[in-house]
Amino acid sequence: MAKIYETVIGLEVHVELATRTKIFCGCSTAFGGRPNAHTCPVCTGMPGALPVLNRKVLEHAAAVGLAVNCTINRFCKFDRKNYFYPDNPQNYQISQLYLPVCRDGWVEIDAGEGRERKRIGIREIHMEDDAGKLIHDEEANCTLVDYNRSGVPLIEIVSEPDMRSAEEVIAYLEKLRLIIRYLGASDCKMQEGSMRADVNLSVREKGMPGFGTRTEMKNLGSFRAVTRAIESERARQVALLESGERVLQETRRWDEGKGVSYSMRSKEEAQDYRYFPDPDLAPICISDSFLEKIRAGQPELRTEKMKRYKAEYDIPEYDIEIITESRHMADLFEAVVALGSQPKKVSNWLMGETLRLLNERGMEPEELCFSPENLAKLIALTDRKTINSTVAKQVFEEMFAHNTDPERYVEEKGLTMVGDGDILRRTVEEVIRMNPKSAGDYRGGKERALGFLVGQTMKAMKGKADPAGVGELLKELLGPGRESTE
Amino acid sequence: MELLSLSAVELGTAIRDGRTTAPEALQAVFEQIARKEELYHCYVTIDREGALKRAEEVQGKIERGELKHPLAGVPMAVKDNLCTKGMRTTCSSRMLSNFVPSYSAEAVTNLEEAGAVLVGKTNMDEFAMGSTTETSAYGVTRNPRNPEHVPGGSSGGSAAAVAAGECFFALGSDTGGSVRQPAAHCGVVGLKPTYGTVSRYGLVAYGSSLDQIGPICRTVEDCGVVLETIAAPSGACIRDSTHIRRKDTDFCRGLKTDIRGIKIGIPKAYIPEEDDGSGLTRDVREAVLGAARLFRESGALVEEFDLELTDYAVPAYYTIASAEAGSNLERFDGIKYGYRATEAEELHRMYRQTRSQGFGPEVKRRILLGSFVLSAGHYDAYYLKALQVRALIKKAFDRAFRRYDCILGPTAPSTAPRLGESLEEPVKMYLGDIYTISANLAGLPALSIPCGTGAGGLPIGMQLTGDCFQEKKLLQIGCCYEQISPFKAGD
Repeated sequence: MAKIYETVIGLEVHVELATRTKIFCGCSTAFGGRPNAHTCPVCTGMPGALPVLNRKVLEHAAAVGLAVNCTINRFCKFDRKNYFYPDNPQNYQISQLYLPVCRDGWVEIDAGEGRERKRIGIREIHMEDDAGKLIHDEEANCTLVDYNRSGVPLIEIVSEPDMRSAEEVIAYLEKLRLIIRYLGASDCKMQEGSMRADVNLSVREKGMPGFGTRTEMKNLGSFRAVTRAIESERARQVALLESGERVLQETRRWDEGKGVSYSMRSKEEAQDYRYFPDPDLAPICISDSFLEKIRAGQPELRTEKMKRYKAEYDIPEYDIEIITESRHMADLFEAVVALGSQPKKVSNWLMGETLRLLNERGMEPEELCFSPENLAKLIALTDRKTINSTVAKQVFEEMFAHNTDPERYVEEKGLTMVGDGDILRRTVEEVIRMNPKSAGDYRGGKERALGFLVGQTMKAMKGKADPAGVGELLKELLGPGRESTE
Repeated sequence: MELLSLSAVELGTAIRDGRTTAPEALQAVFEQIARKEELYHCYVTIDREGALKRAEEVQGKIERGELKHPLAGVPMAVKDNLCTKGMRTTCSSRMLSNFVPSYSAEAVTNLEEAGAVLVGKTNMDEFAMGSTTETSAYGVTRNPRNPEHVPGGSSGGSAAAVAAGECFFALGSDTGGSVRQPAAHCGVVGLKPTYGTVSRYGLVAYGSSLDQIGPICRTVEDCGVVLETIAAPSGACIRDSTHIRRKDTDFCRGLKTDIRGIKIGIPKAYIPEEDDGSGLTRDVREAVLGAARLFRESGALVEEFDLELTDYAVPAYYTIASAEAGSNLERFDGIKYGYRATEAEELHRMYRQTRSQGFGPEVKRRILLGSFVLSAGHYDAYYLKALQVRALIKKAFDRAFRRYDCILGPTAPSTAPRLGESLEEPVKMYLGDIYTISANLAGLPALSIPCGTGAGGLPIGMQLTGDCFQEKKLLQIGCCYEQISPFKAGD
């Protein structure tokens, strides 16, 4: 009988923190820039230069730790991880091995339809510095080093081996990303490298105690790559075991283009990093007041927000889920509602046009530029029937792109809807006269003919009419009894 | 006026009073350099033009009343492991033979802002690893008191330059005695401050948790003035996390008080009657006991006591210092600056060749030792154990300072060895640090003062160690000793 295998997965997630300056010096963390423009003696490893911790890094790390239910180590230290590579100017990375800032946390994930919620344990979170970038110039046959990224702050979130499938891994990553974005600690973009995940994976016969030999997979640049790599590695390990071979403990590199992984180094080849406490950085004692400040500054996270929305706003649960997926979106929602708009209408705009345009343009909710005031104004314009929904969508697109004031825009472009005044009545009468066949059809009981007449009227009005109102007026003018009076 | 016989403070006063000028003082130094440097070789780099320009600038500022610092216009020398912007900084290593820093060490900046005039960079043991200045890649420095002998180390060039009148004061760095021991061997005064008192920013690191920058001077008062200047935080930025921004840096005012009632303890293990393997020579022992007598006669209480754990200091020290050094020296890889082996075709071969060719044997020995004690499976047995010993040593000192104001002992077990005698027996050389390294392990301030002359006219130094932040007390006791003792620095 074929054996049933279970996949056991733990993750090491690196997140680049959204600080203005680097972790141990005052250089900018800005992306791009001329190579080595954002460098100084500290982040280029000049002789005699010394690190000084950026307080903001500790604040972000502690905030993430609290949000994922960790214990904050009130006494933590930095350690040096020694290895030689040119992207690392000191030839040691400053990280935390012995006393990391956070320990023993968890997050709850929802993996797929109908599955129960599951806790994924977080073993630790530590702070460390990022390395520079090597640029291989094939033509000149040389390698150049850019230290702009050297010293950019990172946290590494190490999970327990609690995940059993790619779906759970993705759910865990999405959960982390959501929390960290809510905290404003990072934008967590996998494609840009501000969130990176290394996957530790082993397989075992279902029901067996203990773990199989694990491998570590690196170079996973997207959720899709994570999923594919997990499936590929699971299959590889199962095939090895089925054919009576052993899985070797090693680090592997995923090639997303080819859809396969390669061995980078085996356990035997693993380096001895000679970790030891960095004597250049004093141990950090986290005070009650520091922690209190972080706690007080924590934003409302998604779970609490969802609960509150359910109680406070009359909108469907589905809407709540979508809106609270991004803190920015949720903030926008609340701000517009606070300006007096009806919650369901706000939610419709966010879930409809806003998401459509975001998807179309490949943008993140954080990049939305229009103000809550302008969305509230737009909603008010439609409420007052100053514009109809077609025009409103047109105005919204303009507002989405340039944060344009809808009132001014409608006025400038002359988009105001013409109400049930004389002009509309005369136009409808004209349309009836010009389309006697359709008018006759409607009178003869063909409801569909009304739609055509509404369309003709809207065309004649250049869209500045409320189609529903036009329909009512047509019915009134075409209604029974009208004919007999003539 | 014989300028070269003045202390730094006396010269500064003479310049401010208009009895001489900064360029004149510098001229006197250059004349002395012209007479002595070829033999002594105190310097790796001398910046004649830069110094002259600087002296004139400073003189102008003094005359316009813009500079009033006691050290304004005083020529100084700086150990070649302190970064000096635009001036080559070699650490006496082939590895940094072409390295010109883009910034200056905070201690150097502080002195330059005070108006001191930098003459040049002094020779040292390569990367401050050694006790004789013989491991320099740029040749040995000779002891001005007896050129057949070493000046001590690792700040041998700085001590020799001060003793030879090739500058008025100098900066050294002290990881295990590197300021105090050469000061003792050259017959001048050297002070290692409490760990954290002087910013290490710009000091090329050897053992980060042990390194402190310290002054080497002709008088105790000079040491106080220089320390006051370099201990001040420069600018609003904190550049060294281990730098304590002390408010009590007034080390000099009211220095010349008496020492009646002061309690001085001498650890019995520091003055064994019979040689116990520490290599303490009779002349050194007698000189220190002679100083103790003088203190007693001046009203101090002097007694011997048992300081615990003295046997463990040397092994703990070499374990910790080497571990930190191994890591600190990893940045010298041929990639970013300094020496690079050009024949290698592949990255890791380039690293190996660069480091094999760029570092001398003593540096390699300590990197190997340091890598070993940190490696998997040895960390707990060596490095961690050494840290524990270190903590215990600190506690032993804490207990001693409950009873004594300061601890007296020799600075080094013997006078300066002959050139070429030491490097053959590294362990013996390491054991010579026995009296000085405890202050680094425990972070304590310690002062070495001349207290006698041994065979061959070689100076003997005694060491006064104080509790953390008690520099002023040490300087007071030192000042008092200068007045009552027949031995003067530079004699």
